[in-house]
Amino acid sequence: MKLWKTILAAAALALATGASAFAARTDLVIGIPLEPPHLDPTAGAAAAIDEVLYANVFEGLTRIGQNGEVLPDLAESWTISDDGKVYVFKLHTGVKFHDGTDFNADDVKFSLDRARADNSVNAQKGLFAAIDKVEVVDSATVKVTLKNPQGSFLYNMGWGDAVIVAPETAGTNKEKPIGTGPFKFQSWAKGSSITLVKSDNYWGTPVSLDKAEFRIVPDAAAAVPALLSGDVQAFPFFDPDSVAQAQGDPRFKVVIGATEGETILAINNKKPPFDKLQVRQAISFALDRKAIIDGASAGLGVPIGSHMSPANKDYVDLTGLYPHNVDKAKELLKEAGLENGFKATLKLPPPSYARLGGEIIASQLRDVGIDLEIIPVEWAQWLDQVFTKKDYDLTIVSHTEPNDIDIYSRKDYYFNYDNPAFDKIIAELNLTSDEAKRKTLLGEAQKILADDAVVGFLYELPKVGVWDAKLQGLWENAPIQANDLTKVKWTD
Amino acid sequence: MTAYLLKRLAIAVATLVLASMVVFAVLEIIPGDPARLMLGMNASAEQVELLRNQMGLNTPLALRYLHWASGLLSLDFGRSYTYSVPVIDLVRERVVVSLPLALIALALSTLIAIPVGLFSAGRRGRAGDTIAMGAAQLGVAVPNFWFALMLIYLFAVWLRLVPSGGFPGWSVGVWPALKALVLPAIALALPQAAILARVTRSALIEVLNEDYIRTARAKGLPYRAVLWRHALRNAMIPVLTILGLQFAFLLAGTIIIENVFYLPGLGRLVFQAITQRDLIVVESVVMLLVAAVIIVNLLVDLSYAIVDPRLRSRQ
Repeated sequence: MKLWKTILAAAALALATGASAFAARTDLVIGIPLEPPHLDPTAGAAAAIDEVLYANVFEGLTRIGQNGEVLPDLAESWTISDDGKVYVFKLHTGVKFHDGTDFNADDVKFSLDRARADNSVNAQKGLFAAIDKVEVVDSATVKVTLKNPQGSFLYNMGWGDAVIVAPETAGTNKEKPIGTGPFKFQSWAKGSSITLVKSDNYWGTPVSLDKAEFRIVPDAAAAVPALLSGDVQAFPFFDPDSVAQAQGDPRFKVVIGATEGETILAINNKKPPFDKLQVRQAISFALDRKAIIDGASAGLGVPIGSHMSPANKDYVDLTGLYPHNVDKAKELLKEAGLENGFKATLKLPPPSYARLGGEIIASQLRDVGIDLEIIPVEWAQWLDQVFTKKDYDLTIVSHTEPNDIDIYSRKDYYFNYDNPAFDKIIAELNLTSDEAKRKTLLGEAQKILADDAVVGFLYELPKVGVWDAKLQGLWENAPIQANDLTKVKWTD
Repeated sequence: MTAYLLKRLAIAVATLVLASMVVFAVLEIIPGDPARLMLGMNASAEQVELLRNQMGLNTPLALRYLHWASGLLSLDFGRSYTYSVPVIDLVRERVVVSLPLALIALALSTLIAIPVGLFSAGRRGRAGDTIAMGAAQLGVAVPNFWFALMLIYLFAVWLRLVPSGGFPGWSVGVWPALKALVLPAIALALPQAAILARVTRSALIEVLNEDYIRTARAKGLPYRAVLWRHALRNAMIPVLTILGLQFAFLLAGTIIIENVFYLPGLGRLVFQAITQRDLIVVESVVMLLVAAVIIVNLLVDLSYAIVDPRLRSRQ
């Protein structure tokens, strides 16, 4: 017995000293739930691409910071003409791509022209729609002329889809990404992991990590033991339902941040009876957001009353417009001539916020007399039936693109919402770069959507990150889908 | 024997052709557009159409089938829509995980099941048999993903003997790669072993009641020799059948275990390809698996002839 104790103590000591020898480590394994289909941020909508490459391997003229702010990146500064139509970007010099070739204004022109070309398959082609022409002034200066002033132009240039690529390597970035960032691509074991290493010829502040491996861990049940065993040291996007296991453990840090994901109960506005305002308002009154957040998102997530993140500086709190009120909902249905209620379908894509939230919402709507048939669908089906063909009554989805209130003004969008007054505000917003004026317009836009009860506004999707307590510098919020590792380091 | 073989081969080829048609048709029917899936919600309808043209999705169905099927004949499996690399490269990367895993699991399962089956059949109805078969019943009933999680918590989180999941690749060395496959192989093997042990036991018990066993005992052969030489050999046919089925399952039906251990195996490749509507990958990999299953079945048929000489002469 005594001998055993001695051995155990010796082992514990060995472990402890062994651990401290690794204190100044410079490698990191990050768990991501989905594997990117390829590694070119300019050629696909999958968030997983940016989650590996944004800010790490590829850089744009500007970049988005962790609170959604626009920061200079490859462009060290810029000037905007008084009419808001001409942007002159001054580029950093001495920048090299990972293959050793120089970065200059020609690469910027190439990248922007490529993204907005007729045959471009850039998933966010709309970001470049306002560009009229791109001119190279000299090797370190680029002049971009817009067709009309665009308030969000600098923000748009910070998206992953707008990163600068080299003409020589643009065609092969899907397999072997070559950018200008502080990390360069090393290897991709398909289905398993993607490894980045520190780039030696980086132009900016060098990173602390020598090596970062993104390991694909698709299952939430597998993520917990991977974290506990130390095999994976950070999960920036963790399953909210599993977070309790890490919360009480001093070895880990649990960080709840904001995303740009407005989770909504989308309504087909043209399909009777949802074309009646009273019906849509009745649905909004029937929703109990707190119960939905508790059930679908482990109590994490901030209620919203319109299509804007509460973390956004232009956010207007409209959650009080339709408080949970069953009697009011029934009254509105009666006004609409539906006092006996009606039947409808609710199509649910795979994420747990939709599947779990859907059951709760179905039961809440049943309380006011709306009988929902739940139809689970996979993403491909959802995109086909709901998004493209608009064959649906109600659905739950999170719109994760930042600053995307303009989707309600898009023609033929799946909400089937058409309000000229709203379209006018968005059109004006697109031409406005004055911050105060934009704030007013965005406030009005939010108000209209809430008044019209276009969709059932539920909550802002939380970003639940869990990582080793000794790790510093990972993003708390997710203003865009990214895992920016440029400031990440290990501490003692 | 040759006629028997030829007949088997003809059936195999017909199955392959039929399977290729069914696989292709079914995947074309399911809703979902690979181009829209790649471009996401912010792309315009024209852009999606452009990508569909680039991917060749707008050519007529029959033409696409012929193109794909003729490719298969020359062992060209096409290019993945999402990864834009040849399908065969994707398969090759996954087979080096799935095949060793399936073989280790199968070996483990056989090494456990046959002795347990022999032990139980020999002590039919006694305490040892009851305990062994009770354990087997439990093995059949316990879901393998739950069992896998228990193994992970014990050996990876608590004892830290093996990694909790993932596969480092064979390039880092045989031992680290094997270490990553140990737990998944055990998790896969135990439920299979439980089934196999029960089949072995009942097949043996049936054989042990045959007249020739009594004759063998009567002429003075020791019990052990009778069990191994006469009984086990004759009980092998149902056991081999189950083994063949299990191998086919282990090659591609292990998606749940692959998810729990986040292993880059064939099952996950197919699953991922289905959710991403990477039709060409699904179609080609399913065809390869159909071919693998047919080959395994052929081998099982042949092995019947080896264990049972009567089958050889009868043909």
